[in-house]
Amino acid sequence: MRSATRHRIKLALRLAAASAITLFFVFPIYWLFMISFKTADEIYSYPPTWWPGQIQFNSYAVLFKDGDATTVWNSFVVASASTVIAMFLGTLCAYAIARFRTGGDHLANWIISQRMVPPIAVVFPIFLLYVWLKLVDTYIGLILLYTAFNLPYVIWMMRGYILDIPRALEESALVDGCTRWQVLWKVVFPMCRAGLFATAIFTFVFAWNDFIFALVLTRTEVTTYTVQVTHYFGGQSNFWAKISAMSVLGTVPIFIIVGFMQRYLVRGMSLGAIKG
Amino acid sequence: MADLKITDLHKYYGSTHVVKGVDLEIPAGEFTVLVGQSGCGKSTLLRTIAGLEDANQGSIEIGGQRVNDLPPRDRDIAMVFQNYALYPYMTVFENIAFGLRARRTPRAGIEPKVQRAARMLAIDHLLERFPRQLSGGQLQRVAIGRAVVRNARLYLFDEPLSNLDAQLRDEMRGEIKRLHQDLGKTMIYVTHDQIEAMTMADRIVLLRDGRIEQQGAPLELYERPATRYVAGFLGSPAMNFVPASLTAAGNALVVRTRDGTELALPPTRAETMAAHAGRPVVLGVRPEHMSRGGAGEARAGIVRHTVTIDLLQPTGARTYATFRLGDAPVVAELQAHDVSQPGERIELAFDMNRVVLIDPDSELVIAG
Repeated sequence: MRSATRHRIKLALRLAAASAITLFFVFPIYWLFMISFKTADEIYSYPPTWWPGQIQFNSYAVLFKDGDATTVWNSFVVASASTVIAMFLGTLCAYAIARFRTGGDHLANWIISQRMVPPIAVVFPIFLLYVWLKLVDTYIGLILLYTAFNLPYVIWMMRGYILDIPRALEESALVDGCTRWQVLWKVVFPMCRAGLFATAIFTFVFAWNDFIFALVLTRTEVTTYTVQVTHYFGGQSNFWAKISAMSVLGTVPIFIIVGFMQRYLVRGMSLGAIKG
Repeated sequence: MADLKITDLHKYYGSTHVVKGVDLEIPAGEFTVLVGQSGCGKSTLLRTIAGLEDANQGSIEIGGQRVNDLPPRDRDIAMVFQNYALYPYMTVFENIAFGLRARRTPRAGIEPKVQRAARMLAIDHLLERFPRQLSGGQLQRVAIGRAVVRNARLYLFDEPLSNLDAQLRDEMRGEIKRLHQDLGKTMIYVTHDQIEAMTMADRIVLLRDGRIEQQGAPLELYERPATRYVAGFLGSPAMNFVPASLTAAGNALVVRTRDGTELALPPTRAETMAAHAGRPVVLGVRPEHMSRGGAGEARAGIVRHTVTIDLLQPTGARTYATFRLGDAPVVAELQAHDVSQPGERIELAFDMNRVVLIDPDSELVIAG
């Protein structure tokens, strides 16, 4: 066989494999979107219709009319607020640990070990605590909890990024007239911008996707979309149209964020990878 | 008034004693080079002056004011770092302007100052570039620009040329020295390279193991080293050390090496060193203080001795010839064509006016 032909066959096989894998992963998302656009008949039809006869947004209209869509807003509020707080506090902690050796050699390891705690193990004690503190079903309650859960992750990640910044860059700024705060703003943050974004995205996604905390700690006021989805699973029947539409509402913001931040995400993850 | 006065400075890293009691005064406008081997504490000393490290004991005064407890930004210093310390996300202009902005220089004042510094360093055509687009030499110029754009009292350089290749280093050495002449600022420069120290310094402060071994003008240290360490550190090729003894022979004093070679000291030196007669010494002789003796030369202190050359290293202008004296190898710096091949026996003239004699126990150079 001529080498050019062999090369072409190899390429074709590779493309075929890549397409198959992509299809495998994208299909559930495609199906989710399609269900949300279908009529009830189409959803239950067999064999399934791969493409809805007519795209319709009734399922979404219902969600917005009933006010269920506000649960997405609730998710957004608690996820963003806890991300901002965790990023701010965590980065400062990470800086102190990285540069002033606060807590000695092992504090960072101890902190990250806190992240290993399974949520289910702590959620009921926290529920009791929150009842007493009157934090159940409040924004503050969820924000506090997500912040606490994300802090170790932020500290661990940001410490790695900060350790990668040459010390001389900061020292040079100190000599040139900056305070420590100015050094943070003018040198440290710009230097680890990719890391900041990457870490923030993971932090946001954790809170956004959380189910167990939200399930136990919310009732009606700040129900998040993940909990809301479960409300459509009935004893007699499941409201597939609502389930899929709500899931789409919960997925799209993540797509948008990751789309915007992709540049930083890739760079941030590889940045952290260089130094273990 | 001294621009910098350091009194009994000590610095520890954990239990490691790095700076062990340094006293130093640097007059305004002087170019001082802190030189020594790696680990001698020179960089730590500089960083302590800058305030990047805290002194554990002793005081540091800049312009008459005690600065031990001041943060770096209040010490009125500018510093150039070994790895340039430029911000990769800023243009050259912004890098140079960084210190001015940090000190809230009025906007209108920044542009002309940056331009002037850039012109001084011949980087004014690079102002819109980013550091990653520059060569090593250009990066170093920008780093120096960052320092000189500010009107600081004290300029600190921490091995700024050690990342550059040899040719560029020679070039920048000259430029930094010229910069000092133009600005007339007090500069302290750290290096491990004795050639940098010799060529640039108004004054060399030679550090060894956390202490000042000797300080003074370059030629003063070179010609009148106080210890064997100083004598061996400065000069390339280094000074030769030959174990010997000092012996009285009538009125004269001779240095007798272990193979019985006798090299007489000139009468003036014999007088001052008479007290050491009969003791072991180390003869220290610089390569350039031996020459292929011209027939007519008969100054006092010139001693002729015939040696067998066993290694030749021509550099072009000069040739380094190695032979054995006593049981030590000795390198002489001769004219390019003084010796043609190894194994040749030649007569060398030793300038005994310039040799140093060292007490082998204390390692101190014997005065006189």
